[in-house]
Amino acid sequence: MEILKCTVNGRPAELGVDPRESLADTLRERLGLTSVKKGCEVGECGACTVLVDGVAIDSCIYLAVWAQGKSILTVEGLRDPDTGELSDIQKAFVEEAAVQCGFCTPGIIMSAVEIVGSGKQYTREELRKLISGHLCRCTGYENILNAVERAVNTAHGFVGKES
Amino acid sequence: MEVGKSAIRVDAADKVSGGAKYTDDLIPRPHLVAKLLHADIANGVVRAIHTQEAARLPGVVKIVTCFDVPDIQYPTPGHPWSTETAHQDVSDRKLLETRVRYYGDDIAAVVAEDEVSAQRALKAIRVEYEEYEPLLTTQAATAEGARPIHDERPNNVLASMDLRTPMPESDFKTVEDVLACPAYHQFEGHYQTQMVQHCHIEPAVSYAYMEGGKIVVVSSTQIPHIVRRVCGQALGIPWGDIRVIKPYIGGGFGNKQEVLYEPLNAFLTRAVGGRCVKLELTREEVFQNTRSRHAISFDVKAAVDGDGNLMARWVKAVSNQGSYASHGHAIVANAVTGFRQLYLDQLGCHAEACTVYTNLPAPGAMRGYGIPQGDFAGECMMEDIARKFGLDPYEFRLRNIMPLGYVDPFNGITCHSTGLRECMEKGAEFIHWKELREKYQNQTGPVRRGVGMAVFSYKTGVWPISLETASARMVLNQDGSVQLQLGATEIGQGGDTVFSQMAAESIGFPLERVHIVSFQDTDTAPFDTGAYASRQTYVTGMAIKQTGEIFREKLLRYASEMLERPTAELDVRNGEIVDAATGEQVLRMYDLAQESFYSFRRTEHIAAESTHQCKDNTFAFGACFAEVEVDIPLGKVKVLRVVNVHDSGKLINPKLAEAQVHGGMSMGLGYALSEEMKFDAKGRLLNGNLLDYKLPTAMDQPDLTALFVETDDPTGPFGNKALGEPPAIPVAPAVRNAVLHATGVAVNDLPLSPQKLVEKFTQAGLIHNGR
Repeated sequence: MEILKCTVNGRPAELGVDPRESLADTLRERLGLTSVKKGCEVGECGACTVLVDGVAIDSCIYLAVWAQGKSILTVEGLRDPDTGELSDIQKAFVEEAAVQCGFCTPGIIMSAVEIVGSGKQYTREELRKLISGHLCRCTGYENILNAVERAVNTAHGFVGKES
Repeated sequence: MEVGKSAIRVDAADKVSGGAKYTDDLIPRPHLVAKLLHADIANGVVRAIHTQEAARLPGVVKIVTCFDVPDIQYPTPGHPWSTETAHQDVSDRKLLETRVRYYGDDIAAVVAEDEVSAQRALKAIRVEYEEYEPLLTTQAATAEGARPIHDERPNNVLASMDLRTPMPESDFKTVEDVLACPAYHQFEGHYQTQMVQHCHIEPAVSYAYMEGGKIVVVSSTQIPHIVRRVCGQALGIPWGDIRVIKPYIGGGFGNKQEVLYEPLNAFLTRAVGGRCVKLELTREEVFQNTRSRHAISFDVKAAVDGDGNLMARWVKAVSNQGSYASHGHAIVANAVTGFRQLYLDQLGCHAEACTVYTNLPAPGAMRGYGIPQGDFAGECMMEDIARKFGLDPYEFRLRNIMPLGYVDPFNGITCHSTGLRECMEKGAEFIHWKELREKYQNQTGPVRRGVGMAVFSYKTGVWPISLETASARMVLNQDGSVQLQLGATEIGQGGDTVFSQMAAESIGFPLERVHIVSFQDTDTAPFDTGAYASRQTYVTGMAIKQTGEIFREKLLRYASEMLERPTAELDVRNGEIVDAATGEQVLRMYDLAQESFYSFRRTEHIAAESTHQCKDNTFAFGACFAEVEVDIPLGKVKVLRVVNVHDSGKLINPKLAEAQVHGGMSMGLGYALSEEMKFDAKGRLLNGNLLDYKLPTAMDQPDLTALFVETDDPTGPFGNKALGEPPAIPVAPAVRNAVLHATGVAVNDLPLSPQKLVEKFTQAGLIHNGR
């Protein structure tokens, strides 16, 4: 066992982990963050995507000990901490009917957080490439792309107003 | 009106925030882990299994081999049970097998404290086999002297059928006579589909434990009540001793319309004294050890008169069933029936179908249930006939499609409504059919474009081939809202949302006052056979509508007592009791509910439950149009635009309907262009993972357009018909026909992969010296 100290969804965490253990297992089994889904456990499907220091990674092929001192974000950390309201990105997924079985959804939303966080505008083709690490069998990606596009536009609209 | 609105999914907020719980999210921790030992031969017998060394390893709790399980063969498909022996599903599988029938067959299971211990134990088990030659093709399995894969079927033929429609009075006695008549255009063709996998992103997973003398199985399944029955059958125990709980599931597409490992999981928990055991498959096991879509081979013949009328057709379909019966012959039977129903033959149709056991992993139900295969054959055939005899493929189809009022001569399924013509018109308009057919007619050069189309019909549910029954329960809450409880399952399709809309509509409540219980627990959920056959909005919808009306009557009776007015003067509108004549609110539902629960005068816990046995069926229709660009030297097909137009009757939730169509179209594009399970000569799956198996990513497809023609079906509870499966049906033949239009090359087997296309284009002389 090794001691892992990191930040998870904005709160400090300190816990014992097996040095062979994946970050996906740590988040699911030790912290109860079950939004981190396991669809293949070899980095093919993208369902386990979380952000580590703002970068989307497949947590099933990322050792927990690599997260030492880092900040981890999952969809459980996206709601407004005070009001519990869904974030704009989550709302975009809800309103665009981008959710069906919901198993790939948390992972794609985390990639969308990274995409929106980049502060850039993207063409639809670029967005296709950016989410192509996620496999989804329910949606044909159509409404997912609509949701990501909307989230990007919402973020930029907001930035535009502020500046 | 709550029905017909694009309401937000009732589970969406939970699913975007980690609140929605799936099977593996709910398992009590810590728990035991079960792992399976798979045979590494495709055909043979296990002579001995040596487990002593494995059993001594740390963390190992129990090892069960094929010599330790009950000698009970059980059925696995998610069909309603039949009380008539002749109509029961084929029982040809045991919990673990000494007779190895495919590479990867389950021969032992290890239960351990953790996954690593279980994996180590698997490696330490030694197996002795008697090995036979693998029979991988239907030809090999039916060859003279081929060894039976199941003793009950010595010739390896699971089932066959031969259906001839009644012929009208004419000079022709049989379909064969028509197909030999020189006065007609005569066509012959051969089409072949491949084996593909569902690829739901949540693997197959369950866990089981014992409580109160019962075995509780929590499983990712489309069919909890059927899982209960089959667990009971497989273990030889009363069905009531099994309790199945179904949480949210991460996709099913028919693979979870099968009882997969739940019976073994139930057996294993009992073998360890009822401790909680998890049985989760790896992605590689999902490919190898769960179901897939059948590869079916079609031979077809057709006779067409000079005006383009289909006079007669013959089809012979041979389905490779792999190692176990699963849904068995039902799928190829559906394939040839769908082939026949879509078009009306002036004189007759003769369909033969045969299902053959082989030593491959067993296919089963998958979105469309044989119709994607049959539609590929049928719609390639229609295109090829049109091309051969100089007919317009659009007009040729239109002339022959199933007419309103059509009655199937065998099962009586009737065309109560059809918008197929309008679907074709709408799709053609969207894609600019006429203009592009002309524009792309005479192209040269390495990159060429084409447009293609395909149409389909699809029945709604399984009546009268099988039973259709559903129950619903509604319970008034203390605040005047209603709980809706069903045995029908949400599997990602949006069932819970449309069920809630239908309940709201039938009671007279606003949607937000309907609280659906999403999870099924077979001890408390009403009976329903589950999610398959695109049946739930139709069949379960009827139960909801009927129960809603009963519930509404009960509310009105109680209101009439409180108000001392006759029920006929009252109504439920927007969730309140109103004066039926003026619409004025006369009693708040909140007050009615409070009175009904807490009154000293007379309490009544208002609830309604009813069963609806559906004894009808109806056809849904649709069309797909695709525009492609083919890079001939690379064998690469780029789909530029694609549209599906559906007649699924009235839409309960247009936005969710559209989303469901997108998903089916994507599945159809994968079927057309890239997906295929590949095996080596030993029967070993070569690409059983999500890297080597080419499921479409967001980069592999264009924007998907879903359009609708809303007929109002007289049999649907709200005018609605099947929608769930149909979107996956017409895409592959439409793409194939577009490639034919672009290049003049007819590819008659799926998928249209680059390797295959380069070979075909080379044969056709479009590629010379590799260029």
